[in-house]
Amino acid sequence: MTYELETAIHPEKLRRVAIDPVSRVEGHGKVTILLDDKNQVHQVRLHIVEFRGFERFIQGRPYWEVPVMVQRLCGICPVSHHLAASKALDVMLGIKHLTPTAEKNRKLMHYGQMLQSHALHFFHLSSPDLLFGFDSEVAKRNIVGVAAAHPDIAKKGVLLRKYGQEVIRHTAGKRIHGTGAIPGGVNKSLSSAERATLLKDAYQMVSWAHDAVQIIKQLYTATPELYDVFGTFRSNYMSIVAPDGGLDFYHGALRARDADGKVIFDQIDYQGYNDLIEEEVRPWSYMKFPFLKQLGRENGWYKVGPLARVQNCDHIPTPLAEAERKEFVAYGKGQPIHATLAYHWARMIEMLFSAEMIKELLHDDDIEGSDLMTTGTRQPGVEAEGVGVIEAPRGTLFHHYRVGEDDLVTMANLIVSTTNNNQAMNTAVREVAKKYLNGKEITEGLLNHIEVAIRAYDPCLSCATHALGQMPLEIAIVDAEGTVIDEATRDHRGLTRPQ
Amino acid sequence: MSAVVAPTLIFGWGNPSRGDDALGPLFIDHFEALVTKHPEWGEVDFLTDFQLQVEHALDLQGRSRVLFVDASIKTPAPCQLEAIVARKDSSFTTHAMSPQSVMQVYTDIEDHAPPPCWLLSIRGERFELGEALGIAAQANLVAALTLAAGWMDAA
Repeated sequence: MTYELETAIHPEKLRRVAIDPVSRVEGHGKVTILLDDKNQVHQVRLHIVEFRGFERFIQGRPYWEVPVMVQRLCGICPVSHHLAASKALDVMLGIKHLTPTAEKNRKLMHYGQMLQSHALHFFHLSSPDLLFGFDSEVAKRNIVGVAAAHPDIAKKGVLLRKYGQEVIRHTAGKRIHGTGAIPGGVNKSLSSAERATLLKDAYQMVSWAHDAVQIIKQLYTATPELYDVFGTFRSNYMSIVAPDGGLDFYHGALRARDADGKVIFDQIDYQGYNDLIEEEVRPWSYMKFPFLKQLGRENGWYKVGPLARVQNCDHIPTPLAEAERKEFVAYGKGQPIHATLAYHWARMIEMLFSAEMIKELLHDDDIEGSDLMTTGTRQPGVEAEGVGVIEAPRGTLFHHYRVGEDDLVTMANLIVSTTNNNQAMNTAVREVAKKYLNGKEITEGLLNHIEVAIRAYDPCLSCATHALGQMPLEIAIVDAEGTVIDEATRDHRGLTRPQ
Repeated sequence: MSAVVAPTLIFGWGNPSRGDDALGPLFIDHFEALVTKHPEWGEVDFLTDFQLQVEHALDLQGRSRVLFVDASIKTPAPCQLEAIVARKDSSFTTHAMSPQSVMQVYTDIEDHAPPPCWLLSIRGERFELGEALGIAAQANLVAALTLAAGWMDAA
């Protein structure tokens, strides 16, 4: 199976441009573009060039260690892995319902994670592009540039992020490597003092999150000729939804819609995810390409994450976010919104929902309860099994484990959010390359258009590749014989070439 | 979200399950024990995280001095200590920031200069998931602890 611009007919005759984020310590993703003599684009690929190996890291460990150790898979979304693993092991232990205190403390932790992650992405990673333009001076295009030009926005972003981290710290027990969720429940609930501390700032966070929705909405609707078309393509959507069809990041059942918004399947128990989803391997990337089995490889790929969730649900169960969802949906005039940059708008609606949910949970007395654990009857047989799914900041996250009679994990399978978006991200960069790069000289600003498309998905390269750290861009143009004919590095000074 | 803080902050970061990337958090574990034997060093706060991010600018508030500690594949063995200043850098496409960039965020949101900061880089070699700290890194960690003790004495 191949897709437009995935594989060139005669790659040996083309020159190659690589956007290669060099990570601090390990594997990374990169984009390669094959161009002919007239700079016409023939092939575009978002590669993941290092094998993950998460499963080997987990197999052979006692199951009760798993919720803590999986936090170390990724320094960016440790709470997502922590909770997905805990949910999977609840199932393995035959636990159908947690105590109200346990479930609400887990939810509080998760909504704290969503708040801080979305705040970081919008204010730090994306707003520089959106506020200054994709071709703007490189030195401006970072949080420091935002802070200099819009100090109020930058400060709100930092404080929202900090507040989300504080929610995590109080619910998990520690700033990082927390042990809040354990199979069967939680090992602590919020104390009165912790609850009061968090409540003190909760209303301010709702207000700032609401402001953030207005910022992106104004940016988006002021320039529809850019936002509506940049990297826009039709696809299916998938997420979990609550039993009543509402938005829920912590628990629910799987729902998918097609590009016209028609439901493909709904309220499917994710314990059977293997019957719904297959992962295709392609020889040029270590990241797999998931698709819905019933639609096949060509038509079954889908988007996950904010844009999918906000349009997949029937309503949002908090008032301010629901009002914003309705306005967002109305913008589509009865059709699903497929614009890549609409991810940012949807993400801010989700951040507002998270802030409202945190506030609601903090007003619920169960959050201070003492009934923390539930027991169940472990599945009979040689191996017990469980699947845990949550809506992580970047999209649907699957954890699947089998555990032997000796309590050691015999099988682990993870489908991380970024993997679910693999085909969508590849399609987005191809759409942008076709529109903006075809026939033009390659400049840093043009290459940033490619990155803007990728960044809208907030891909977690740490999850997808292990990559952490600094990512100055190294760009090399190689001719058909493999000779480097041009090379440059992009950093705070802009695009520079070797002396 | 403010609290009483110690004048000295030591902040080590890295992933304890990624081989030599554990050097930052391990440094914190060892140095925290060492500080209890040196009351003359005064009050010290210790922090650790997987990586630096914008909110860590707030951890610089109210400090007299800050020591950042990280594993580095570029640093000559065993380690290197340097004073650092706020700087705009190229970390705009990443989920992790440099300490210099965190200092710059502090400057911009607080509207004044951050406290004096140093960076202690400890040479690391291997960073694979599931690996233990390497033998060379263990020796580099010992040297880093000695160097940091000297930094505390000199203050």
